[in-house]
Amino acid sequence: MPKLTIDGREVEVAPGTNLIEAARQVGVEVPHYCYHPGLSIAGQCRLCMVDIEKNPRPQIGCNTQAADGMVVHTQTERVLETRKSIMEFHLVNHPLDCPVCDQAGECWLQIYYMRHGLYDPRMVDEKVHKPKAVPLGPHVILDAERCILCSRCVRFCDEVTGTGELGIFNRGDQSEIGLFPGKTLENKYSGNVIDICPVGALTDREFRFQVRVWYLDTARSVCNGCARGCNIEVNHSRRRPHHNQGRRIARIKPRHNPDVNQWWICDEGRYGFHWIDDDTRLLAPARRTNGKDGQLGWDEAVADLAAALRRYRPEEIGILASPQMSNEDLFALQRIAGQLGIRAVDHRVPPRVPGDEDNLLIRADKNPNRRGAELIGLTQGETRAILDGTRQRRIKLLWIFQHDLLDSGLPAADVTAALAAAEMVVFQGPTANATSAGAHLLLPSAAYVEREGTFTNFQGRVQRFRMVVEPLGEAAADWDILGRLGRALGAPDPVLAATRAEQVFTGLAGHVPAFAGMTYRALGDAGLTVKA
Amino acid sequence: MAEKIFTRNFDRPNSHTLGVYRETGGYTALPKALQMEPSAITEEVKKSNLRGLGGAAFPTGMKWSFIPKGGTAPKYLVINADEGEPGTFKDRYLLERDPHALIEGMIIAARAIDSHTGFVYIRGEYVEPWRVFSGAVKEAYDAALLGRNIQGSGFDFDIVVHRGAGAYICGEETGLLSSLEGKKGWPKIKPPFPAIKGAFGQPTIVNNVETIAAVPHIINRGAAWFAGLGSKTQGGTRLYSVSGHVVKPGVVEAPVSVTLRSLIYDHCGGIRDGRRLKAVVPGGSSAPILTADEIDVIMDADGLKAAGSMIGSAGVIVMDETVSIPEALMVVARFYAHESCGQCTPCRESTGWIYKMAHRIVDGKGRKEDLDTILDVAKRGAGTTICAFYDGAVGPYVSYIEKFRAEFEALIPRDA
Repeated sequence: MPKLTIDGREVEVAPGTNLIEAARQVGVEVPHYCYHPGLSIAGQCRLCMVDIEKNPRPQIGCNTQAADGMVVHTQTERVLETRKSIMEFHLVNHPLDCPVCDQAGECWLQIYYMRHGLYDPRMVDEKVHKPKAVPLGPHVILDAERCILCSRCVRFCDEVTGTGELGIFNRGDQSEIGLFPGKTLENKYSGNVIDICPVGALTDREFRFQVRVWYLDTARSVCNGCARGCNIEVNHSRRRPHHNQGRRIARIKPRHNPDVNQWWICDEGRYGFHWIDDDTRLLAPARRTNGKDGQLGWDEAVADLAAALRRYRPEEIGILASPQMSNEDLFALQRIAGQLGIRAVDHRVPPRVPGDEDNLLIRADKNPNRRGAELIGLTQGETRAILDGTRQRRIKLLWIFQHDLLDSGLPAADVTAALAAAEMVVFQGPTANATSAGAHLLLPSAAYVEREGTFTNFQGRVQRFRMVVEPLGEAAADWDILGRLGRALGAPDPVLAATRAEQVFTGLAGHVPAFAGMTYRALGDAGLTVKA
Repeated sequence: MAEKIFTRNFDRPNSHTLGVYRETGGYTALPKALQMEPSAITEEVKKSNLRGLGGAAFPTGMKWSFIPKGGTAPKYLVINADEGEPGTFKDRYLLERDPHALIEGMIIAARAIDSHTGFVYIRGEYVEPWRVFSGAVKEAYDAALLGRNIQGSGFDFDIVVHRGAGAYICGEETGLLSSLEGKKGWPKIKPPFPAIKGAFGQPTIVNNVETIAAVPHIINRGAAWFAGLGSKTQGGTRLYSVSGHVVKPGVVEAPVSVTLRSLIYDHCGGIRDGRRLKAVVPGGSSAPILTADEIDVIMDADGLKAAGSMIGSAGVIVMDETVSIPEALMVVARFYAHESCGQCTPCRESTGWIYKMAHRIVDGKGRKEDLDTILDVAKRGAGTTICAFYDGAVGPYVSYIEKFRAEFEALIPRDA
């Protein structure tokens, strides 16, 4: 392990570590544009210059590997002067249109100009003009004048997705990013080029001009789009309902996790959040009698459900849990089922069409917590048997979480018959669907961004997601609804008495061996893997 | 007159043919080299003081010694025939009039570095040189001088002729390799250096046409002979491409110890029409300019370095008193702006910027701060890029203004 000194601080780094990363380890920022830890070294932007003792002139940090005994200075006068010069070169032909640029506020030209530039502009001639507002694909739009030609986007499409849509065309200051003939930037990960573009050249066709980024708040979360559980940040516009057409969630960005998604997310996950703010959400508990909805308070709704659960014998009750639910929700449900002796419980509903999958991130299973549901043991029954039992009127109360059974791989006729045969159908979930339309009792769940919790991904990694916004309407977290139910049933279960998701998780860690020893604090931001 | 090596056959009819080449001693170095240990060839070239004649003047034998010994991976010899440095036109003469010297030199060099495939990258505009050289390669194959088991030696060597598409940057060692690989001609970041990881990721030596054309002569007549032709630190004669306002422009072969004054006045007949010499660019457009007072300089790598310029490709551009240096700077700046590959920010952005400023000055719209801005921008960008292109551009930017500043200032309006 090479040991080197950076700005007077000694650090030991893994062999092969470059000077940008080594400096990061001692808290020193080496400014850079073209370098990205997930891509090959390009060495083009020339901003990451550092002084290395015994070298006649500054070297680029990205392409210099740390060596034993190396003495590196990042703040010498000539390094600072070089940075200033390189910043000036980067901005010679830049349009400086920050007031109308969607990147403003999170633009590395702005940030580094303020930190390392601050020169007086000397360019008085006509700047080079290039194409503007060019759609590259369904999600990405290019302003070639703002581009600093760092080639991150090109390398991403060459090296990460292997799709090779982008290239740099022409020479000198006429160089510009563009699509190869006949190509469109529509690979399944195209949105990542927006994140790695350090400037306003590639912006998001959907997000741009919706909210200024300085009005956004952010929370750490986990994508619920598939079993991968990519780490994400959810950006939301909380205080300005007149922005973003009133939608609270403005965009999703990937959050680095080397063991799960590296720096990336897929477009499906990135753009799959619209249901959170759309009008299919269930906003209040409701009882449906003779085809009419009547709104209920939570106390009444929970009492209704408790009464129904007491009215039927355990074998007359079937539960279809969802792998969209968090570990906390599923564990609380498991406690309820156990308390009542209900054995017809499953979480497996086949999808209508098999999900797509690839070798990068996307998993065929479009549920974030299949593994959690399996580990917690919501598999005592079997979905088809439960539906058969309902159709044959052995099961009289069917309690469905989230699933739209009518839009699944189950035969529609069987589902319709089962729903018609059930004496009582309870639907609990965040959004209405064809299945919920026939339910007798509707319990609105908070969306995953409206509450805390954990998912267990396909690798067995337990990952926390945080509350981003308040639940819409009266919606509540499933574990909370189930806790209220537990109390209504008079169950002396501390798990069901929890007032925070964390307490439910503590119960889970105490009862299910795979989760033993885990706490929210220990999970941190990167998660922990369950015991095999 | 000193001995002619490169040009000895230039005036002989059909000098490009195998027959004429053989009549004048061609392919006699090859059998000797095929008997020699590869390391002995490299050693001989080292002792000859042969230095790269494409521009950087790097000692050739030392370059060859950087190739890792042994291993099963292929090693490549690449000939840079992308002669693009403005003011340079010697390699085209070699390709057209003495192509077999290059082929023989390539086989010998290949044996020295244990390479079995050589590429000759010829600039796109060189149609006739490409045609003639390709014919010579075919002749060599037909005579079993190329291919498998050359002359029964057990040594195999193939030559692939590749045409460029007309970009100056493809004459830069690693830009050439990128282009050869079928990519955009962008220079590669170093390390790794080509000798370790070059063409197609394999150990590669890139040499200029003229450099390799010297090799058969060194093998035939010995390192001491070659070294003795030149100066203390550089052996041999070389080809000077003399253009501009001399009486007899053209390719001149002279020992590397010749002075610039002698080249202009003895070899090229002095300045045309009895005019006065104003300035000389001694080593292709990237070499800093010399004034008429600075021509008593030895035309080898170290002599020009000491004079604050460089020998480069030995393209000598002679300018008489009719030349406007600001206009000359504008023209050369336009060239560098047009030819910058666009990869590194300082070069991409400032070559165009400096051209715009130079153009404005020539148009009479200069500002008094422009000259200092050009100097400052050029000096700040120098040494910050992947390849030497920008440093080459800085040569003229800085030297033209520093040496002829009054001429620039005269174009800038007083009230600017």
